[in-house]
Amino acid sequence: MADDEYILRVEDIHKSFGKLEVLKGVSFNVKKGETICFIGPSGTGKSTLLRCINQLNIPDKGGVYLNGEEVTNSGPRINEFRQKIGMVFQNFFLFDHLSAVRNVEIALLKVLKMDPKAAREKALYELHQVGMEDWAEHYPAELSGGQAQRVSIARALAMDPDVILFDEPTSALDPELTREVLEVMKKLASAGMTMLVVTHEMGFATSAANRVVFMEHGLIQEEGTPEELMNGDGRFKEYMGKIGDIKE
Amino acid sequence: METMIFLTDILFPALWGGVMVTLQLIILAAPVGFVLGIIIAILRVYGNKWVSMLCRGVVGFIKGTPLILMLFILYFGLPSVGITLSAFVASLIGFIMCNGAYNSEYIRGAISSVKEGQLVAAQALGMTKMQAVRLIVLPQALRRAIPGLSNEIIYLIKYSSLAYMLTVIELTGAGKMVATKYFAYTETFIFVGAVYLLLVTITTLAVVLIERKFAVPGMTQSGRNVLDIL
Repeated sequence: MADDEYILRVEDIHKSFGKLEVLKGVSFNVKKGETICFIGPSGTGKSTLLRCINQLNIPDKGGVYLNGEEVTNSGPRINEFRQKIGMVFQNFFLFDHLSAVRNVEIALLKVLKMDPKAAREKALYELHQVGMEDWAEHYPAELSGGQAQRVSIARALAMDPDVILFDEPTSALDPELTREVLEVMKKLASAGMTMLVVTHEMGFATSAANRVVFMEHGLIQEEGTPEELMNGDGRFKEYMGKIGDIKE
Repeated sequence: METMIFLTDILFPALWGGVMVTLQLIILAAPVGFVLGIIIAILRVYGNKWVSMLCRGVVGFIKGTPLILMLFILYFGLPSVGITLSAFVASLIGFIMCNGAYNSEYIRGAISSVKEGQLVAAQALGMTKMQAVRLIVLPQALRRAIPGLSNEIIYLIKYSSLAYMLTVIELTGAGKMVATKYFAYTETFIFVGAVYLLLVTITTLAVVLIERKFAVPGMTQSGRNVLDIL
């Protein structure tokens, strides 16, 4: 099937909350190893779009396909798909009662049914990948925001996902902590992880993304490489201009 | 001297059996009441509308009526519909229902206080909702519910004396019998009171130890310093 060149296909997703139509038909395809950044004003449905992909929000219409298999309407099989679709949240959502290493290993033990020794090894390896192995026994409340977010990235990585969804992973962090998280994400991107990133970090988008998708009013307005969008004369450039003005 | 002899030769032996019955009631009722509390709380929070309403109704009924009435119904009322329970079993069931109902309120509140994101993150990892509740939400909720739950055990220790009204000779009942026989109300009931106080004190200390064992930085501060104060 020709579709299989795409690891993830998203087709015509619609989602409303009550009378508010948040997504009005969003489609895009993702190739293995791509990093795609979703940029746009707040409230345009970027986070909802990510949540529709792993069915944390159930789309009203449209389909999501992972490796050619339908994720939408998959019934109880959704739990299998979610193992393959990692997610990193704006507010980390680390499990408060578990140490860093337990946060990473719990799904390995209880979802993948790995043997405890192998799970611990894997968890420590993933913590090492994000530079958090020295903090393995610490609890979420003892970590800085940047450290917590790195642990949550390790938690997603441990499941060996096909794709990771990042929902504004640095929006709750100050600039210094933002940098340490973005560095980990850049490393992942260059190692070939497939990533969908909702972000306001233009620096990250221009340096790490293969493609930038500009969303507004529940629709994709423009998409292309970062250079194409920056050099174009569409809404993206106008939006970026506005942000620039405020910064100066 | 006479008082000493009364204590050692009459009161201790006479009350010993009662203490054992009281302990049996508490040790059997508390764990079952704990599990029942968890089940009712989960059904109230995560059950469908009807199950949730039913649980709410049952808890409301138990909270809204005196425990002694429920004991009377269980022991004196049920035989009329063909269910005959021994006084001990009737008391036990009453205590479990009462303890479970109140426990469920503490646990339900604690479950609601666990941030929604915890459940979302667990589900995003591929856990079923059941797994997410059992592995992520409940362990956090129960830690927060410890102070409330321990209060309920303390209440249970004290209201276990109501079993005497169903003719179960537990600590209070045994005390009443000795007191009447020897006309020694003051000594006897002061002593009985001291035994309850001892049971409550042991429970309180045990709870502090449990709280400390399960303390997690940033989640449960309460358990950390209590022993230092003692």
